[in-house]
Amino acid sequence: MNDKVFKIILFVAALVIPLICGGVIYSLTIDASDAFSRFGFFEFLTSSEWNYTIDNERYGALPFIVGTLLTTLLALLFCIPFSLPVSLFIGEYFKGRKIAELLGTVIDLLAGIPSIIYGLWGFYTLRPLIMALDISPHGSGILTASLVLAIMVVPYAASLSAEFIKMVPNEIKESAYSLGATRAEVIRDVVFPVAGSGIFSSYILAIGRALGETMTVTMLIGNTNQIPQSLTATGNTMASIIANQFGEADGLRFSALIAIGLLLFFITALINVAGKFLIKRARIM
Amino acid sequence: MEKPIIEFKNVCVSYTRNTMAVKNVSAAVERNSITAIMGPSGCGKSTLLRAVNLMHSLYPNIKVDGEILLNGHDILAMEPIEVRRKVGMVFQRPTPFPTMSIYENVLAGFSLNGINLPRSEKEEIVERSLRSVALWSEVKDVLNKKGTFLSGGQQQRLCIARALALNPDVLLLDEPTSALDPIATKHIEELLLQLKNKVTILIVTHNMGQAMRISERSMFMYLGELVEYADTAQMFAAANDERTKAYLTGKMG
Repeated sequence: MNDKVFKIILFVAALVIPLICGGVIYSLTIDASDAFSRFGFFEFLTSSEWNYTIDNERYGALPFIVGTLLTTLLALLFCIPFSLPVSLFIGEYFKGRKIAELLGTVIDLLAGIPSIIYGLWGFYTLRPLIMALDISPHGSGILTASLVLAIMVVPYAASLSAEFIKMVPNEIKESAYSLGATRAEVIRDVVFPVAGSGIFSSYILAIGRALGETMTVTMLIGNTNQIPQSLTATGNTMASIIANQFGEADGLRFSALIAIGLLLFFITALINVAGKFLIKRARIM
Repeated sequence: MEKPIIEFKNVCVSYTRNTMAVKNVSAAVERNSITAIMGPSGCGKSTLLRAVNLMHSLYPNIKVDGEILLNGHDILAMEPIEVRRKVGMVFQRPTPFPTMSIYENVLAGFSLNGINLPRSEKEEIVERSLRSVALWSEVKDVLNKKGTFLSGGQQQRLCIARALALNPDVLLLDEPTSALDPIATKHIEELLLQLKNKVTILIVTHNMGQAMRISERSMFMYLGELVEYADTAQMFAAANDERTKAYLTGKMG
């Protein structure tokens, strides 16, 4: 094949990517504009009404923004006590050993499980348990969704943090040992601070993943459209309201769902870009 | 003769069951002297040095046998943490802690060990340690900057100051100038000559000239064995062993 032709093929393929991205933003914006122009951008963000009775339609994104932030933060909170020790296990304590490799493989396996499987497990195993423990009467809700979400993001946070922990130079650690530090002191005062920005960025990426997770959350959150009043209450996230209602929505409700989708798109894009940027900076160190 | 500060007795170090990196080394090191450990790459110099502050105990597959006496006590029977506070170490490449300031780096030996000092004492230790490595006048106005902000030679002196802050009996240096330019190297050598009044120095070096310039006694190691151990001047003038001669005359490297 001619070099020139080859180059053109590459160029066209590369051009398709930004075109698709731009196309997604464009069509989302077009479809969302109805809801935004009807209720006003900030009004839409801060209203907690979600009423689709005919002639009295009012839509606001606040319950779903709250639901998204709540499930994500809660998932992060549940995830850290597991993912941090796991990343130390792989990246420091058993670095380069068979057992760390094995654990790394299991983590990759966890990361590869389709979210519908997590959803099923949560629905048929965790939800009855939560009911049996009398935590909430129906078992579904913010807490249930967050717990499963936490399990889903552990692999991402742990394996990426482990990479940064591995990168802390051995000489730096040995220097700390040579001053009489114990292993715990070396980890607390040297490993964590040096790998800190990298670990932080891993959690930003984990947040990005949790924000957009749809299937599992839709199955477990209970799908109600009010601002959740407690952690065991039911609710909806931005992703789950769309998944739950897009099939039956038309007109203004459809536009409101697309508007929520557009917001979610920008939030996750922002978080991902921030995470990638932080990782890049952490690597240079 | 005064009692030696360090005595190696039949010291063997092995990384795997079949390969010995240090074979049956016995030697005594005088207090307040500089002893150079020379030899070609991979001959066990660093391995022997790292045995003195029990660095090998960090790696479960490394075995150290024999006895290493520090002031008459076998360190192999002591707690590593206790030994390391008495035996400081400086590495080949400068290793200031990248997230700590110059000030915090000097005090790292205390903060890492959870020792809280009053502010006045901290300041005194920082000044004294930095003065002893001739770094005080260069950094006294930038103590809050990161240690990694300094030049390579300054970083290495900072690392020496950090080790000295704990008032060790022995200072181990593992090719401390191999990553430095000639001027920074000269500074470090002058510094070591001044420091030997306070601390006993063991230095691994690739650089024969360096051994000749600063050390009283020299060890020549080859393939894990201590081939020759003598006064440096005497070894360079007339080595006993053919292998030492070959190394010192550049016929073997």
